[in-house]
Amino acid sequence: MKSEAIVANTTQIEARSVGKKFGKFHALRDISLEIAEGEFLSLLGPSGSGKTTFLTLLGGYENTTSGQLFLEGQDMTGWTANQRGFGMVFQGYALFPHLTVAENIAFPLKVQKRSKAQIADRVAQMVEMVGLSGHENKKPKALSGGQQQRVALARALAYEPKVLLLDEPFSALDKNLRGQMQEELRRLHRELGTTFVFVTHDQEEALALSSRIAIFNHGALQQVGTPDEVYERPANRFTAEFLGDINILTLDGTSGVAGTPIQLPVNAVGLGHLAVRPEHMRLAAEGDANQLPVRLRDRVYLGSKSRLLLETQAGEELMLYLDNGAGPAAPQTGAELRVAWDVQDSFAV
Amino acid sequence: MRAYLFLICPVLLFLGGSYLLPFLGIMQLSFTDPEPGLGQYSHVLSDPLTLSVIWRTLRICVIVTAVSVAAAYIITLLWVRGRPLVRSLTELCIMIPFWISVLSRAFGWMSMLSNRGLLNTWLKDLGLIETSLQLTRNEFAVIIGMSHYLIPFAVFPLATAMRNVDERVLTAADGMGASRMRIFWQVFLPMTASGIMGATLLVFVFSVGFFVTPALLGGGQSVLIAELIYLWIFQIPQWGMAAAMSVILMLAVGGILVLLMRRYGEMAK
Ligand SMILES: Nc1ncnc2c1ncn2[C@@H]1O[C@H](COP(=O)(O)OP(=O)(O)OP(=O)(O)O)[C@@H](O)[C@H]1O
Ligand SMILES: [Mg+2]
Repeated sequence: MKSEAIVANTTQIEARSVGKKFGKFHALRDISLEIAEGEFLSLLGPSGSGKTTFLTLLGGYENTTSGQLFLEGQDMTGWTANQRGFGMVFQGYALFPHLTVAENIAFPLKVQKRSKAQIADRVAQMVEMVGLSGHENKKPKALSGGQQQRVALARALAYEPKVLLLDEPFSALDKNLRGQMQEELRRLHRELGTTFVFVTHDQEEALALSSRIAIFNHGALQQVGTPDEVYERPANRFTAEFLGDINILTLDGTSGVAGTPIQLPVNAVGLGHLAVRPEHMRLAAEGDANQLPVRLRDRVYLGSKSRLLLETQAGEELMLYLDNGAGPAAPQTGAELRVAWDVQDSFAV
Repeated sequence: MRAYLFLICPVLLFLGGSYLLPFLGIMQLSFTDPEPGLGQYSHVLSDPLTLSVIWRTLRICVIVTAVSVAAAYIITLLWVRGRPLVRSLTELCIMIPFWISVLSRAFGWMSMLSNRGLLNTWLKDLGLIETSLQLTRNEFAVIIGMSHYLIPFAVFPLATAMRNVDERVLTAADGMGASRMRIFWQVFLPMTASGIMGATLLVFVFSVGFFVTPALLGGGQSVLIAELIYLWIFQIPQWGMAAAMSVILMLAVGGILVLLMRRYGEMAK
């Protein structure tokens, strides 16, 4: 299920059953994925799930051991990084330490044998674009982490690649700078219309930036979709638990949870668990359809809200948020309560 | 912190006793023997023979340094970045000479290069030459012998620099379409400049004090400073001259060191 904006675009890169083995170790298996022109695709997954490996396969820095890669319909499986000509921002930036900011950005342009005047123009333009005016003649060591990050971006974008690959570009930055750079990356993406493939293991970053997210685990692609698709409709338990917080209830086979009958979503047939996001669960009021008796284990005060940690009669843990505004007094630890949710907000996994 | 300072006292005492005292003795000799004053210095610095030896020493040391560092660069490249087999072979070739004394190595080169040595014999057997080539008792032999001795010393600072090169930077350059030549000359070589500087420093300082190799392979035809000092001590003997020459040598090396270190410091920034 793709969103409209993406269906309207044309497929630029296609991976067809791509696999990668290091010796006997399967780092990636059977990855099939289409990337649309101008899209912002995030590769998300736990450490060691194969995100970097997939990115280096796309860039041509490593060879696939099975499957094929296509660029605009042409088989590019055997092409070198050089022939593909994608821009890449490496984990840790990989700037030339002996060259100044301007020389770093000029490097790929010199390789392309552009004229001196053209290079000077383009470098000035890129420096301006990433907000590094006045730093042109500094060496990378004299720059802060965020500034180095910008140089790496400018260098990768200078020669106008069709595709920009970014490997956890913000992992070394502190939280404020991270937010700032994320904004900048969004702006660049809007302005340039270049395809971005962005590796991260920060889920908030992926949700905030991407037009689509591809979720990896153990070298396999778990789900691809828009941020709200993967968050609201996870394809499997891994995705559900990996993205955000989730309450998982074990179904007892008689369309109920621990003996309490409840309404099941349509896709529940044959699946053993029911999942509900904490923000979709509430303390039950009169007339709520899905009610489940629970006991309050703990209440964590968070300022405007409280987080309630609850336990079902079967001993499963649940979580929900309660507004701390006006209303009935907050329940005490140990209180017997009932929780409720709407059937369309639940899904089976 | 201060409480621990006394722990380095034994080292200071040892260095003071074994280096500083003798050096002060030499300083004293250079100003007093045979006559008090600066006579020894003015004699040394106005003697055409001595001046030509100083000049030759500098020239040979510069050439030897260039040859050793260049050769060591290639060897280190093989050692650090070659295939596994190439690596182990290169490592052997670097380590083995370390276990052979400088004297044996000089003799080795003599038996290789002398008039009736291996090289001349082979060339004659092959009919390439009629009469032996003069390969020893000249600067050529001295340069070969000294470089051979000094190459391993240049390898280590170079290896450190090459190992510190971030592989991703090279990958990045490759991804931007740079040719192997461009990556070497414009990325790898400049990124190892600090190693080249360190190797140059080390080899040059060592080469200036060389004695055995030039004495044997130069055969008295290509006398360097160390040999000249030796002559003044044991053959002539005029210890005051030898002392003055030693002080000049030390100041020259010290000066060059300071200059190079400054460049080195800038580069490390
Ligand atoms: N050159 C290699 N040789 C052998 N195994 C490798 C190699 N590169 C990666 N791997 C293995 O492949 C798996 C996936 O690695 P990859 O670097 O793609 O993970 P990742 O998702 O990028 O993780 P992280 O978030 O920690 O960067 C890991 O188990 C890793 O050990
Ligand atoms: Mg990675």
